[in-house]
Amino acid sequence: MKFDVMKESFPKLISGVPETLLLVFISLLIGFVLAVVFAQLRLSKNIFWSWVARTYIFIFRSTPLLVQIYLIYYGSGQFRLLLQDIGVWSFFREAWFCAIMALSLNTGAYTAEIIRGGIQSVSWGEIEAGKAIGMNPFTLFRRIVFPVAIRQALPAYGNEVILIFKSSSLASTITILEITGIAKKIIAATYAPIEVFIIAGSLYLVMNFIVSRIIDYTEHKLSPQLYS
Amino acid sequence: MDLELLRFGVNGWGDEMLRAAFMTLMVSIASYSLGIILGALGTFLKFSRFFFFRLLADIYTTIVRGIPELLIIYLFFFGGGLLLSKIGALFFGGQGFVNLPVFVTGMMCIGFSSGAYSAEVMRGAVLTIPKGQIEAGKAIGMTPFTLFKRVLGPQVIRFALPGMGNIWQLTLKHTSLISVIGLVEIMRQSAVASGSTREPFTFYAMAGLLYLGITSISNQGFSRAEKWAAKGVRSE
Repeated sequence: MKFDVMKESFPKLISGVPETLLLVFISLLIGFVLAVVFAQLRLSKNIFWSWVARTYIFIFRSTPLLVQIYLIYYGSGQFRLLLQDIGVWSFFREAWFCAIMALSLNTGAYTAEIIRGGIQSVSWGEIEAGKAIGMNPFTLFRRIVFPVAIRQALPAYGNEVILIFKSSSLASTITILEITGIAKKIIAATYAPIEVFIIAGSLYLVMNFIVSRIIDYTEHKLSPQLYS
Repeated sequence: MDLELLRFGVNGWGDEMLRAAFMTLMVSIASYSLGIILGALGTFLKFSRFFFFRLLADIYTTIVRGIPELLIIYLFFFGGGLLLSKIGALFFGGQGFVNLPVFVTGMMCIGFSSGAYSAEVMRGAVLTIPKGQIEAGKAIGMTPFTLFKRVLGPQVIRFALPGMGNIWQLTLKHTSLISVIGLVEIMRQSAVASGSTREPFTFYAMAGLLYLGITSISNQGFSRAEKWAAKGVRSE
C-alpha cells in the first residue's frame, strides 16, 4: 500500500464529488419531468402517442448508455453544419451538455416505466370516487393518482437513483472530470490502482448509502400509517 | 449519412461490425456465465449457517452493486497488470509492464458485477419457496442433493428466470464499457470506423441497432425459457 499516494489523491478525488452530484441531480430532475410526461403518453388511449412513448422507452432501455453518450457527443459532429444553422451547435460542442442530455434521456426512459407501474397500481375505485365528486382530470391526477403512484414507485425509483450515480461515471469517457475521471487520471500517473480504487469506491458507496437512507426516510414519511 | 460505408468486403465496414457484434456476444455470454457461478456461490454463502460467510457474501453484493463498473474495470485492468508485472519481475526477472489479455480482464470485471446482481435475484427466488416444502422433503428422507434436484432447483429456476433475464440485458449493455480498455467489440469497432470515415453518427447508430437486435432476440429466448420452466404450473 502506498499511503502517501492515498493521502495525496484523497483531496483530488473529493474535488470531483460536486461534479458528480451536479451531473446526477440535473439529470434526475430533467429525467423525472420527461418520465412523468412519457408515462402519461404511454398510457394514453391515442395509439400514436402511446407508440411514440413505447419507442422512446424501448430504444433507451435496450441500448447501452455509452452508445447514447457517444451518439450525442461524437455523432452530433456529423451534422455540424445543420446544427450551426439552427444555432444549437454551441450546446453540442460542450461535453457537459451532451452528458446531461444522454443521462436525462436515459433515466427518463427507465423512470417512465417505474411511474407507469405506479400509476397502474392505483385502484379503479379511487379514480371513480374522484370522478364521482366532480374532480377534473388534472385535479384527479394531482390529488389522487400521483400521490398514490409515487408511493408505490418510490422503492424502484431509489434503485434508479443509485444506478444513475453509477452511470454518471461514464461521463468521464467524454473528458468530464468527475470522480471516476479523476481516479483514472491519478491511476495512470501513479500506477497505484488499488489505493485510488479504495478511495473513489468509498466515495460512491457513501453517496449511495446516503441516497438509500433518504429514500427510506421518504418512504416512511409518505406512508406513516404503515410504520406506526 | 453514407450507408455505402456499411457494405461488406474491403470497401465497407459491414463485416467488421458484424464480427465485433459476435465479440460482444461472446464476451457477454462469458461474463454472464461467470456471473451465474459467482451468483450461485454468493447465494449459497448468504444462506450459510456461519455468520462469517454471510457477512462475506453481503460485503460482496453491497460493494459491487454500489460502485461504478467503469471503476472496477480500471482496477482490474491496471491492478491485474501490476500484479502480473510484479510476478514477472520476481520469478522471471522480467522488466516493464505486463498487460492482462483484455478479453479475460473484461470478462472478469463484468462477470464480477453481474454475479452480485445474480446473487440478489437467486436469493429472492430461494426465499419464495415455503419452508414446509423443504421440511416435507427432509421428512421423507431426501438427501440434500435430491432435495435440491427435485424440490428447490426447479422452483428456483422458475422464480429467478425473469430477474435473470434482466441481468442478461444489464450484462450485455455493460460489456460496452470494456471498449475503454481496448477489446474490439461493437463500441470499439464503431470508434475505429468513425475515426477513419468521419461519420460517427452512422456508426454509433449502427452500434445501437446491433445492441437492439441482440436484446430483442435474447428477450424472445428468455420468454420461451420462462414458458418452459412454468410448464408444470397450473394456469387458468
